[in-house]
Amino acid sequence: MNIDLKLENIGKKYIISHEVKDRYQTLRDNLSKKVKYLFRKNVKHKKEEFWALKNINFEVKSGERIGIIGRNGAGKSTLLKVISRITEPTTGKLKINGKVASLLEIGTGFHPELTGRENIFLNGIILGMSNAEVKSKFDEIVNFAEVEKFLDTPVKRYSSGMYVRLAFAIAAHLDPDILLIDEVLAVGDVGFQKKCLGKMEEVSNKQGRTILFVSHNLGAIEKLCSKCLLLENGEIKFFSSDPSEIIKKYLSNELILSSYWENIKNIYINQYFKPIKFYIGDKMGNLLTMPVRNNEDFYIYIQGEINELDNSLTIGFAVFDEINNCLFWSYQTDTKDTNWPKLKKGNNTIYCKFPNNLLNEGNYRLELICSLHFRKWIFQPSKDNPSINLNIKGGLSNSSYWMIKRPGIIAPILQWMLKK
Amino acid sequence: MGKETKKQTINIEAGRTEKNYWLDIWKYRELFYFLSWRDIIVRYKQTAVGLAWSIIRPLLTLLIFTVVFGKLAKLPSEGIPYSILVFSGLLPWSFFSNSFSESSNSLITNSNLISKVYFPKIIIPISSIVTCFVDFIINFILLLGLMLFFRFIPKATILLVPVFFFIGFLFITGFSLYVASLNVKYRDFRYIVPFIVQIGLYLSPVGYSTSIIPKELKIIFSLNPMVGIIDGFRWAITGKTVLYLPSLYLSIVISLIMLVFGLFYFRKTEKFFADII
Repeated sequence: MNIDLKLENIGKKYIISHEVKDRYQTLRDNLSKKVKYLFRKNVKHKKEEFWALKNINFEVKSGERIGIIGRNGAGKSTLLKVISRITEPTTGKLKINGKVASLLEIGTGFHPELTGRENIFLNGIILGMSNAEVKSKFDEIVNFAEVEKFLDTPVKRYSSGMYVRLAFAIAAHLDPDILLIDEVLAVGDVGFQKKCLGKMEEVSNKQGRTILFVSHNLGAIEKLCSKCLLLENGEIKFFSSDPSEIIKKYLSNELILSSYWENIKNIYINQYFKPIKFYIGDKMGNLLTMPVRNNEDFYIYIQGEINELDNSLTIGFAVFDEINNCLFWSYQTDTKDTNWPKLKKGNNTIYCKFPNNLLNEGNYRLELICSLHFRKWIFQPSKDNPSINLNIKGGLSNSSYWMIKRPGIIAPILQWMLKK
Repeated sequence: MGKETKKQTINIEAGRTEKNYWLDIWKYRELFYFLSWRDIIVRYKQTAVGLAWSIIRPLLTLLIFTVVFGKLAKLPSEGIPYSILVFSGLLPWSFFSNSFSESSNSLITNSNLISKVYFPKIIIPISSIVTCFVDFIINFILLLGLMLFFRFIPKATILLVPVFFFIGFLFITGFSLYVASLNVKYRDFRYIVPFIVQIGLYLSPVGYSTSIIPKELKIIFSLNPMVGIIDGFRWAITGKTVLYLPSLYLSIVISLIMLVFGLFYFRKTEKFFADII
């Protein structure tokens, strides 16, 4: 078998500057800083290095399907970015054999003013097809996306479903040797997701293409991938040809450790709300280890620093199940205004009780979400924000008839009565 | 499977510059072509008046300049209809100012592409310059119409317009590449761009002829490379104005230096675009 991809000692370093709020600098700040240094020579730059990837070594043979899993911030997306050449590695060597196409976010380069037809060509070429290739696959793409009637309508008038279908259809008809996929299956309705999964299986099985697939959807990884790679803090923790084994290891590791998140790297810096801790604890605030029983009381704690108090600040969490369905959101502002916790400048810890006997037994991911209400996301769901895991096991009910897990996402206990 | 075509191998090593960069640009020529095509289509789709806008705008500017400089300030016209004198300067200037403003912002407006797909990023600013070339052609046709109106017959020197255009193109490309990369790094740089365009308009002989500049100041005035380029255009189009050669040489030299410097700076910073944009 040919080797399609070879990574040797790949590392990627980012510099985090603690003075800069955003990723880019402004000339004004830079000039004023330089002036400051002229007068005070001893001031040191508070810059910190952060290795998003460290010491990555692996090979991918032709036709292999590699699933990449790991927690948010483990370096999965950075790894794909390095392989797709979007960003350059800081250390190491990378050898790519063949044409690479990446679906880091479908619909990249769609222009709302252009029609469906025009966007098929533009997007196809952006994703690496040639003009001739797009032409020859045009009908297939249109059929797959089911948008024949709207080909000459600007995509800004498309429904979001049509938009996603068209975008995926183009991506699915790329013909690269190596395909990189990052979480595209998190979009669209269930029917379309199934269609996408089917298409991916067809692509990898029949056409023998090499695929690297990043996802939180562990079920899809288990189903589709022939090998699995687990990343932790930018390093490869496990890499083997038994995906279910690795998924099991990942989950069991997650279960014990991951109900607690702390901002060790000192990132997510912003003036409105910088998270410090995010964890599941008991009433006193002590950390609880997973799993918890469904009838046991447990609380979600969020600690963070506010530099600029904004009245529209909402802080909370979003709950996702194992296959990445969003179950619900909760914010500190969900009640009547007068009952909101009063935030102050500086360090705040807010907490809430998680309802008993609501969710079924299983693994859930809690993501910290935070926004200025209807103005700006500070932590948007599924955008690499702090996340912890909740594992519920046992305590489903006191009934002797309900001892083991039943089907369904939720497992509430309803009170039954006899009508008189 | 079946087809076993020869796969291309790419080697990437940290810290080593890509050898195939220029070859890559050639490989991505279709993307280049489509990005320019997109910009042109979107430009004329978005504005309600569409194509008419690129005719109305230069004509309005022309009218204002002719009235203010020719009629009110009564600047010398060197025996040419004042509107033709102005338009021959406006032609290179509007190409410069449009492509400079568009391409220096182009990386930011296309940030979603840069952070999601690999391609030689130089394609983006250059394709927005190409987009402005369409306006240049429209303006040139307008100029021919204006000549017809004034029954002004150009000399054979008008065939040299492409030469001066080429010098201008080199300068604009270099300058835009430099500013475009600065713009990614320092996001407030975009506020400086309109300022440069505005100041430049008065420091370049657009609304007036170079003949009104005192002799001893001429060489300093010519440090602005647009002076030699605009004068060249005017000389080639009208065939009557004097071409001050030292300023033309200066323009050529400065344009070449700017191009090399712009390319160099762009290549140096390009690697970090996806990380900071």
